[in-house]
Amino acid sequence: MTRQKRSHHKLKRAVAPYLYLSPSLLIIGLLMLLPMVTVIAYSFQNSAVLRRDPTFAGLKHYQAIFDDPVFWASLWHTLYFTCMSVIFHMTIGMVFALMLNSDRINPTLRNILRVLYILPWLFTAVIIAVIWRLLLEPNGVVNSILMQIGIIGSKVEWFSSPETALHAVTFANIWAGYPLFMVSLLAGLQGIPKDFYEAADIDGAKAYQKLIFITIPQLMPIIISISLLDFIWTMQVFPLIWITTGGGPIYSTEVLSTYTYKLAFSSYNLSQASASAVVILLISLGLTLFYIRYQKAR
Amino acid sequence: MTFRIKPAMLKIAAAAWLLGATAAMADTTLEFTQWWEPELPAGSLRKIMDDFEAANPGIKVTLVSGPYATTRDQISVGAATGTLSDVVGLDGAWVNNLNAQGALADMNPMMDASKFDKAQVADIIKVDGKAVMFPVASFVYPVFVNLDLAAQAGVTKLPSTRAEFLEAAKKMTHADKNQYGWVLPLSLQTPSGVQNDMMSWVWASGQSMMANGKPALEGKPVVDMLTFVKSLNDAGTISPGIATKTEQEKVEEFVNDRVGMMIDSLAHVNLIRKRNPKLNFDLIPVPVVEGYTGKRGLPYASWGIGISAASKHQEEAWKLVQYLMSEKVNAKLVSLANAFPGNVNAKPDFVTSDKAFAKAFEIFKTGYLANEFTGLPVAEDLMTQFDVQAQKMLAGEQSPEQAATAAQKGWMAKF
Repeated sequence: MTRQKRSHHKLKRAVAPYLYLSPSLLIIGLLMLLPMVTVIAYSFQNSAVLRRDPTFAGLKHYQAIFDDPVFWASLWHTLYFTCMSVIFHMTIGMVFALMLNSDRINPTLRNILRVLYILPWLFTAVIIAVIWRLLLEPNGVVNSILMQIGIIGSKVEWFSSPETALHAVTFANIWAGYPLFMVSLLAGLQGIPKDFYEAADIDGAKAYQKLIFITIPQLMPIIISISLLDFIWTMQVFPLIWITTGGGPIYSTEVLSTYTYKLAFSSYNLSQASASAVVILLISLGLTLFYIRYQKAR
Repeated sequence: MTFRIKPAMLKIAAAAWLLGATAAMADTTLEFTQWWEPELPAGSLRKIMDDFEAANPGIKVTLVSGPYATTRDQISVGAATGTLSDVVGLDGAWVNNLNAQGALADMNPMMDASKFDKAQVADIIKVDGKAVMFPVASFVYPVFVNLDLAAQAGVTKLPSTRAEFLEAAKKMTHADKNQYGWVLPLSLQTPSGVQNDMMSWVWASGQSMMANGKPALEGKPVVDMLTFVKSLNDAGTISPGIATKTEQEKVEEFVNDRVGMMIDSLAHVNLIRKRNPKLNFDLIPVPVVEGYTGKRGLPYASWGIGISAASKHQEEAWKLVQYLMSEKVNAKLVSLANAFPGNVNAKPDFVTSDKAFAKAFEIFKTGYLANEFTGLPVAEDLMTQFDVQAQKMLAGEQSPEQAATAAQKGWMAKF
């Protein structure tokens, strides 16, 4: 083989993987990178999208949103909504997974419960929002039951009162999201070797000790992975909040997604909306990097 | 293998191409973007366009139709990129932004050139002196009264003033039976309740929320309106859940005998009848302040029409606008839409065949169309800002005066 042929062969070998990857790289570039870069570019322009000749604005739009108290309120509401949702998704998911994995429950009942518990996962965000709006409206079923058993004395405007609205939307989101944890943890529970529990029984361990020293450590990789994913997804929840409260009353349920939406489609301030979207992107990116690092460490 | 094209075939192909090209050159195709087609009976708008094409040989119309929100976004992007359709369906709330983008053509020169009779149109929306929109069809917002609830509450005379309305609302309210006098939807998701259910009180009395083209929310008309709404709320006459209530829920509550009165679009009459055929209701104009005897402003939403500044076929586009605004065509269109006409001479057929519409038509004819949000910059954002301040007031966090001051500050920043 001549030197020329050898170098040609080498080049072909070096290029081949990139050729195989090129269709996916092209799709990722067009569908993910291009929109992302465009939005970042918009955040540095005046009158982005709305004018054909936008001017460079520097960090003006970032300054404007950081000076806006509603942005900070939205950030706080987003964190509260996300943290509470993830904690309760995890707790409820764990309790239900343990229940469904338990031999003490009748198998028929267990199968019925399995179907019932997974139901919220089958509904779309719009249906969940409508269901909870109907249940929690002042003349709804929840108020009626709570008044009958004497827990509340008068009708509570769950979504319409600034005191209760954020808790109400968080509750609806908790209800909608726990099945992800339940299903993942149930799969994890079924993978824990029975020997561990038999050894613990021989050592005289109690149920809670088996939970703390065997079950939870064995499930820890799943708990951390799903929690991080849930955190990223919950932070971006939009339809549930938009349909139930629209970010109100006043600004009590305004989260970053509704704040950004209003800037874009109510104020037509697409530059500031882009800046706000970039902030959400950076927070999500930080969490994603943390997640990737964790996965690599495993 | 070789291909040989026979000269005769070549001639036929050339002739066909020439014919097609000539036809294409002769025809001007107008693009008309709107959200009306899905809201009208199937095929009816296309039929009107076919009639227009028949009356104007050489002009074809392509309808680009979608739901309201999609059309709004499509028009915003089209205006920015210079790809706006030749003729566009418009909401009054959009025109200021679109005009600022230089996207809408001034129809004044077109009207002058064609000697268009301006007296025949109900309104011409102008921004910076430019005629940018005609309301083609108007959906007015009177007060719907549940006559059975009114009779049960002993309300024999339907309210004509704010004080009478408050009294009637109090009488109709029985919270223990989930029954309230009035319903106020102030959801931030769709803040149009500010326009339809709050500012309508101001316009009904011939008052204004503006002064010299600037917001005047701290003025007596708006503060009085806020004080009045607060008094209705303090009296417990408003159905609960105000801050998240939407227009659809408002209508549902009225349909289900849960509220005695609501301000709503006339377009919902058929929907209300369909949902509850037994509901006995009447329509009245929005009550006014004590002692007001002048013409009443009637809040409305409209299907507007305008021409793209970037259109290469403005002459043909103007023909289409004129056609839709003409007496007979306008009457036909609004009859299909259950709306009131943009041409003052047009008489929709439903006003003679339906009692409720006939009553509403009387209200329409004795008053004037009033919607000061039309043509304002970022109108929806202004409503959202006012909505938040009204919610704070109703939650007891501030007085009507403070709400008006805070809203004024927010609005001024947008002007």
